[in-house]
Amino acid sequence: MKDDKGNSTKTNLNWLLKMAWRDGKASGKRLVLFMASIILGIAAVVSIQSFSENLKENIKLQSKALMGADFIIDSNQPPNERVQQIIDSLGGADAKSVGFPSMAVFPKSGNTKLVNVKGIDGKFPFYGELETDPVSAATEYQQSGKALVDATLMLQFDLKPGDSISIGNISLPIAGTLISAPGSTGVSASVAPPVLIPYRFIEASGLVQIGSRVGYDFYFVAKLDQNLEALEDKVDPLLDAENADLDTHTSTGQRLGRRYENFGKFLNLVAFIALLLGCVGIASSVHIYIKEKLQSVAVLKCIGASRKQTFLIYLIQIAGMGLIGGLVGTLVGLLIQQSFPLLLQGFLPFDVQISLSVAPILMGLLLGLFMSVLFALSPLLSTWYVSPLQVLRIQENGSQKSRKANILVLSAIMVFIFLFSFWLLGNWKYALSFAAGILIVFALLGGVANLFMKAIKKYFPASWGFTARQSLLNLFRPNNQTMVLILAIGVGTFLISTLYFSKDILLAKTSLEANEKAPNLILLDVQPEQQYAAASRITEKGLPLLNNIPIVTMRMQKIKDRSVNEIRLDTASTINGWILNHEFRVTYRDSLIASETLEAGSWPAKSKEENVVPVSLSDNVARDAEVGVGDKLVFNVQGMLMETEVASIRAVDWGRMQLNFSVVFPTGVLESAPQFRVLTTNTPNESTSASLQRELVKEFPTISILDLRQLLTVVDAILGKISWVINFMAFFSILTGIIVLIGSVRTSKYQRIRESVLLRTLGAKSKQILKITALEYGYLGVLGSSIGILLSLIGSQLLALFVFETAFVPSWVPFLIVLPGITALVLAIGLLNSRSVLKSPPLEVLRKEGV
Amino acid sequence: MAKILNVSHLAKHYTSGTKELTVLDDITFDIEEGETFAIVGPSGSGKTTLLGLCAGLDRADSGSVALCGIDLSTLNEDERAALRNREVGFIFQNFQLLPTLTALENVIVPLELQGIKNPGKSGMDLLDKVGLADRSHHYPSQLSGGEQQRVALARAFSSNPSILFADEPTGNLDEETGERVVQLLFELNQEANTTLVIVSHDLELAQRNQRILRLRGGKIIANESTVHL
Repeated sequence: MKDDKGNSTKTNLNWLLKMAWRDGKASGKRLVLFMASIILGIAAVVSIQSFSENLKENIKLQSKALMGADFIIDSNQPPNERVQQIIDSLGGADAKSVGFPSMAVFPKSGNTKLVNVKGIDGKFPFYGELETDPVSAATEYQQSGKALVDATLMLQFDLKPGDSISIGNISLPIAGTLISAPGSTGVSASVAPPVLIPYRFIEASGLVQIGSRVGYDFYFVAKLDQNLEALEDKVDPLLDAENADLDTHTSTGQRLGRRYENFGKFLNLVAFIALLLGCVGIASSVHIYIKEKLQSVAVLKCIGASRKQTFLIYLIQIAGMGLIGGLVGTLVGLLIQQSFPLLLQGFLPFDVQISLSVAPILMGLLLGLFMSVLFALSPLLSTWYVSPLQVLRIQENGSQKSRKANILVLSAIMVFIFLFSFWLLGNWKYALSFAAGILIVFALLGGVANLFMKAIKKYFPASWGFTARQSLLNLFRPNNQTMVLILAIGVGTFLISTLYFSKDILLAKTSLEANEKAPNLILLDVQPEQQYAAASRITEKGLPLLNNIPIVTMRMQKIKDRSVNEIRLDTASTINGWILNHEFRVTYRDSLIASETLEAGSWPAKSKEENVVPVSLSDNVARDAEVGVGDKLVFNVQGMLMETEVASIRAVDWGRMQLNFSVVFPTGVLESAPQFRVLTTNTPNESTSASLQRELVKEFPTISILDLRQLLTVVDAILGKISWVINFMAFFSILTGIIVLIGSVRTSKYQRIRESVLLRTLGAKSKQILKITALEYGYLGVLGSSIGILLSLIGSQLLALFVFETAFVPSWVPFLIVLPGITALVLAIGLLNSRSVLKSPPLEVLRKEGV
Repeated sequence: MAKILNVSHLAKHYTSGTKELTVLDDITFDIEEGETFAIVGPSGSGKTTLLGLCAGLDRADSGSVALCGIDLSTLNEDERAALRNREVGFIFQNFQLLPTLTALENVIVPLELQGIKNPGKSGMDLLDKVGLADRSHHYPSQLSGGEQQRVALARAFSSNPSILFADEPTGNLDEETGERVVQLLFELNQEANTTLVIVSHDLELAQRNQRILRLRGGKIIANESTVHL
């Protein structure tokens, strides 16, 4: 007998690596789809992560250029004495501007358009540049007294430098096309395109009047060692008290970053779902792969390999594949992100320079490795528990131990999903809901698959013909792929349909009601003395005057006997900041409108005390101001203080495209206050709308007109861009789903091939085998996609109810296109995989497939 | 001579539904070092189960098995695996080569498990002995049944085992190929002076051994020397 030969750890590891390589080399082909699942999932996550990082970095780097200055003091009213003192104490503004929306007329064609006029004084911008065509226009427009007009507008109305633009009472020649300017964001610039003019023409335009929505900006260049954060902390509260504001380029950059962060988070989740779908692929392909390896594991154990050694051989293989998949996926992801700036052009307010950032690359590599191992762990565990006795043809039942280990692995997977989504979303409640949602979808799909198999077994149609029976049998016999395929098909369909339905909900929310009573042209800034004449212009054209709404601007002065300045200084106050600084546009009337429902109090509003005006608040204002029915509010109505009491709280459907108000006064109080009116009408077509706009602007140059039809086109274009990106990411999920599907079908092929060949040997015709295969995949396709759509329907209904707060009418597209489409895809993949069985002689197939 | 295998009052039961089946009942025998030993009996007599228990692939319900002087019931699964690696060689009816490893790689796996460096040379020597040196880089699927069993023979002897268990070694081979494999088995066995335990229902093959243990219904019905047969 021999001495024990102690194995050194190094030799052991070398041997394990060698065995993993030898075995993997010979079975690599079977793991190609495993790699594909990982690659796509990682590519989706890395591309989004890396792009988000780049976006953040770009915002940080370009924050000065985005603002055009180091910091800005802005206000919606001309600076009062105190604000002017503060400006002077900071060394005076280096430049200033006045901005307001106004109708512009282009005399060349007579066309009109709502624009955002900005009169600039000084050498603004100090950072970044006014990008113009011709380039010289950026500097010339000031001296030569011309205007710079937004590029889209120039194109839309076929304008050339030298043509003129009329704004209010002035008409200026156009110096050139304004391609980009610091401070104008993509979305708002689409609604009201920017027009820059020299500051000195503002007064002559006659557009700055009481009630006009005017913004005053003062631009500053910081001193070399000036601490902007400290400056903001010190000066901003002082300015707040005067209804002005100080923004530094860093805080604005952070705000902008947060705005895109939410969108990034959503895309991250879509990418994560693609990765999870890939993980279903990993688990299913490794499950079949390991099942085929169990005999080899038993042989290895028989000739002396330990449980740990056999387990590690396959763990190393899977980890290696995961690492390679992670590496390739990361590279693909980095390539894909190069296309994002192109896809999001116009949606982002600046050009994004793509560079390599380490964090997403590392994350991609580690994620590939970790996800592969985690999701392969459950099937891998069976190598630990397989008995060497299996080599002697003695089968043992799965032990209790392996079931416990599987439960542990499943729990680890759920914990990982929760932690990863928490990392992505930064909110444990959302992360928990997401993880629970995933668990529910998977559990429901798994449950339905299980029930389906049991139902076929119990109610098996024994009287059916041979091929129909055989195809049904395949669904619940040992080594069936029913569960995996229904999971893959179901999750894929669920995702596609949910994305489709969500888009539906979003678009429905913004679409105009095609109803003659719904306004689609809104006249803003109508002075009281202009209202009757303007109304006549509308009715003279045979158009209805739908609304004539008075608007009075005011701010909150006191909330429940505490002045807003006091609340601003109180660091413990939880009252939302916007309430304290917002200029409310208030109307007065005695009835509720269609978009409002009474939540608390009474309507028409009544107050118990004399000289106290009963007002009605929208539910969001009441919540953010932390007031309820009976609480007192003091409003500053352009210098005059007015004591009010919250008499009622209304729920307002802000999604409706109509004029909604957060504060409503009763009639008989504000009639004599300085105010302007909003008139609305419904124009049946674009030409009537354009001709009415031309006439109104000509007669009333101070009126702004909002054409909801045009606005909708803009919203539609923006949503189109966003949905492009969402679809692009969903494409990853779908592609991963297809790969998982191909993987599952291919692995089931190894299970079915012996039977098909035996049937062929016994004389089955190609047509019969084809029919068996087609029916089997047909059942799976229909069942998987139906459950997926059904779950998506329920999910979308919940989304519509709780998130978008709107009614949801599902479109038929998922039922008419997605369901048959996916079923056809499953069928095609299944049949393509059976080609070798049908075309070649049985023996050749057995040899080739190594069965 | 020393006893290499000592089996004492061995019993094994299986549960099928609610019924308990006795597969082996009160089996006692021993095998001396270097002896050739056959276990014969009809299908279902418990031959393969006995082989599994003797080689430490399974645990007995009662009784004991001492292999190379070590009571197997005192070892856990990994310790039994290590013992098998050091002392035991196997040959199976369906060859049980690792399908993703070449012939040479299959032969050297037991040596590699022992941590022996560069085992390729001794692997090639063994393949040469079984006449398959020129097929060393072929995968099992590229070899005939007889060739696969010869690779299995080379693997079984590669770690120079103290005892070799062969489960129906010719069961999947035609008569001529089977005869060549058996001849090779006895030649290699004689050369290495290994104890050989063959499970078979082929009486002719059994009679080539020094002793035969006859099983029926899980019980020993005879344990005799072939000299008297």
